[in-house]
Amino acid sequence: MTAWTDDGELEVLTFGLGGETFALEAVLVREILDLMPETQVPGADRLAASVINFRGRIIPLADLRIAFGMTPQEDTTDSRIVVIELVLDDEPVLIGLKTDRVNEVATLLRDAAEAPPAIGMRWPRDHIRCLVRQGGDLIVLPDLPALFTTLIARGGEPTIH
Amino acid sequence: MSATDPIAAFRIEGGELLDEVEQALLDMGHRLDDMDLVNAVFRGLHTLKGSGAMFGFDALAQFTHHCESAFDKVRKGVVPATSQLVAVILSAQDHMRALLDGRATGGEAAGDEILAALEAAIAEAAGAPPAAPAAKVAGQGWHVVFRLPADCMANGTNPLMLLDELRDLGPCRIVALTDRLPTLEELTPTHCHIGWDVTVETDEPASAVEDVFIFVMDDMELAITPLAVDATEAPADPAATAPVAAPATAPAAAAAATPAAPPPPAPPAAAKAAEHVRVPAERLDELMDRVGELVIAQSRLSQIAHQDGGLALRSVSEEIERLAGELRDTMMVLRMMPVASLFGRFRRLVHDLARDTGKAIDLVTTGESTEVDKTVIERLFDPLVHIIRNSCDHGLEKAEDRVAAGKSATGTVHLSAHQAGGEVLITIRDDGRGIDRARVRAKAEANGLIQPDQLLADQELLQLIFAPGFSTAAQVTNLSGRGVGMDVVKRTIESLRGTIEVASIDGGGSTITLRIPLTLAIIDGLLVRVGSGDYVIPLSAVEECLELSGEEDLRSQGRSLITLRDRLVPFLRLRDVFATGTPADPHQKIVVVATGNDRVGLVVDQIIGNHQTVIKSMSPLHRHVGSFTGATILGDGSVALILDIAQLVALAQPREERLRAA
Repeated sequence: MTAWTDDGELEVLTFGLGGETFALEAVLVREILDLMPETQVPGADRLAASVINFRGRIIPLADLRIAFGMTPQEDTTDSRIVVIELVLDDEPVLIGLKTDRVNEVATLLRDAAEAPPAIGMRWPRDHIRCLVRQGGDLIVLPDLPALFTTLIARGGEPTIH
Repeated sequence: MSATDPIAAFRIEGGELLDEVEQALLDMGHRLDDMDLVNAVFRGLHTLKGSGAMFGFDALAQFTHHCESAFDKVRKGVVPATSQLVAVILSAQDHMRALLDGRATGGEAAGDEILAALEAAIAEAAGAPPAAPAAKVAGQGWHVVFRLPADCMANGTNPLMLLDELRDLGPCRIVALTDRLPTLEELTPTHCHIGWDVTVETDEPASAVEDVFIFVMDDMELAITPLAVDATEAPADPAATAPVAAPATAPAAAAAATPAAPPPPAPPAAAKAAEHVRVPAERLDELMDRVGELVIAQSRLSQIAHQDGGLALRSVSEEIERLAGELRDTMMVLRMMPVASLFGRFRRLVHDLARDTGKAIDLVTTGESTEVDKTVIERLFDPLVHIIRNSCDHGLEKAEDRVAAGKSATGTVHLSAHQAGGEVLITIRDDGRGIDRARVRAKAEANGLIQPDQLLADQELLQLIFAPGFSTAAQVTNLSGRGVGMDVVKRTIESLRGTIEVASIDGGGSTITLRIPLTLAIIDGLLVRVGSGDYVIPLSAVEECLELSGEEDLRSQGRSLITLRDRLVPFLRLRDVFATGTPADPHQKIVVVATGNDRVGLVVDQIIGNHQTVIKSMSPLHRHVGSFTGATILGDGSVALILDIAQLVALAQPREERLRAA
């Protein structure tokens, strides 16, 4: 996971999801796509229930709403897929993230960052790296590697019923 | 990774050279006086030495040089090849591999030991008592006469550096030999026409002097003679004291290359390099992906062209369709490799197994030119090792038992490959005692794999050897018989979408046949629709398709079994398995698939048709979803998942049976 620079800054891409603003490190982003046909993978975890064809490669499409316990919503014309590359178990993995809307590339300041509070939050703490205050808004930085590593580790038993 | 790291490239090349040397040495085990083989070994060692020095593998170059020198004597007929010599060089070859990989520990000592054994082997081959090591011969110094090849400076040799190195050994008296200087009009200024006559006073052995010339020795004239012949007992031929051209024998002979010596046959290797291009496999995979995308884009184009295109667009589209198809076929061929590279690795295995078991074993291979996808070849190695070990360890009898049974004392393992349609058949046949069916049965009953009175077809009984935890060997040897292995073999073969068959004749040996698809990258599939999703069933597993009539569907709700030619076949409704939540198509179909002897019907909504697809692996996020082996991209760019038949068949087996198997 990329760290803050020496100046305490982090370049991120912010996006909207379920009424909240999320951010992920800009260096992880490979491409931003319009919605495209998805193929459901029966038996897969709801967090990554389908796959898409990303330039001839078949990559999982993840819905972060599931990880943060948000209710699923209909796609809109603003919906986009952000394709990111993560290194999971020493293996580079491309993952598509569904977002309600992509905002902008922004610079976050470490001084404005806070660790997730122990109470007062309905989201699982270990899915969040930190919260950053920015212009009256609260931006959530999810811990994506942790999120997807647990997903891989959780596998193993057949989930078909 | 890139292919530009010269050290890595040399490691690969060196490994291949050592493979070739090993093959030739193993062949020499049978045909000691085959000069072609001797030359092959020499050539391999020679190239290894040269490129090793070039890439800074000095320890390797030095060590290889000594082996090469020894072999040079065989090549020149000074000493005959003996099996002892071959054995020593084989072990030396292992040491070189360690040096090449940079994992030689205590390398010097191990190397010296091998070199000592080598010297002893050479001496014995020469019919002489082992010569006193060169170090002992060292008197007060050496008389060295050398001439470099004319073009040596163009190749980067600096004679002054050589002289400096000689000076490092001790005080030198150096005289230039100008007798071969051409007249001025014939003189080429970039050539070296001068020879040197050096008297060096040193206690170092002759090999130290040779080492100075290690990288130029092959093309030069060099004579090294002891300065004071009378100082020691002079093991050498008196001729050794003769100056210059007379080739010295004994210790110094290793270094002596007479002017008449033919140049080392390097050109063939160079010619070969020009015909081949080394490409990292992953670049081929990338290219394969691009070709796959091209095929998809092309099919979209042809769709458009047929909908609303004019004649001109249609003809271009057809042209592109043809080209894309050809490109894909060519791409497939690029990934194919002959199985020779695989089979070659087993010769050493059998050689070592024969030594460890004390049996005489011959490995016969046929069909080495059969080509299989590179990935398949890599993944076949481990299963084949297991099978061959089993054959050698359990299958083949000891020599005396074989003779008693009226067979030749030497056991034979026959490894063959041939192509049949889209499959490659790899057969491992031994002429040993065969599989003891009674023991298999007893063992399976003891392990609870079968019921004591259960009726089994012969093939079913033999297939029990692949059950997890099964081993008929009464004793566990360090080679095989630990009961892990054959089940892993079967799993690996099945993961390659292959099958494995066993045949056995009591007292006559056993045969194991592996059927492997030619390529993993492409699959002939049956495209079906379940709910709103498209899925691919590997065509090789499909037995037949039939319609599930509405009334039969209702009737079978309770038991999910159909009668197919007097056999009850269980079936799975994929709509239920995948929880699609969609209503059934009024004309559901059953696709009957089989793996091994299990068959199962898969109820699908529609059968769309045959589909040849490029297989893509599933993302790590989906690897734990058991029912799919991969996915593929359809003509319209959408994704279809490929069903894992073995997994689905296991799912369809009655619950109690599954529990028993677990």
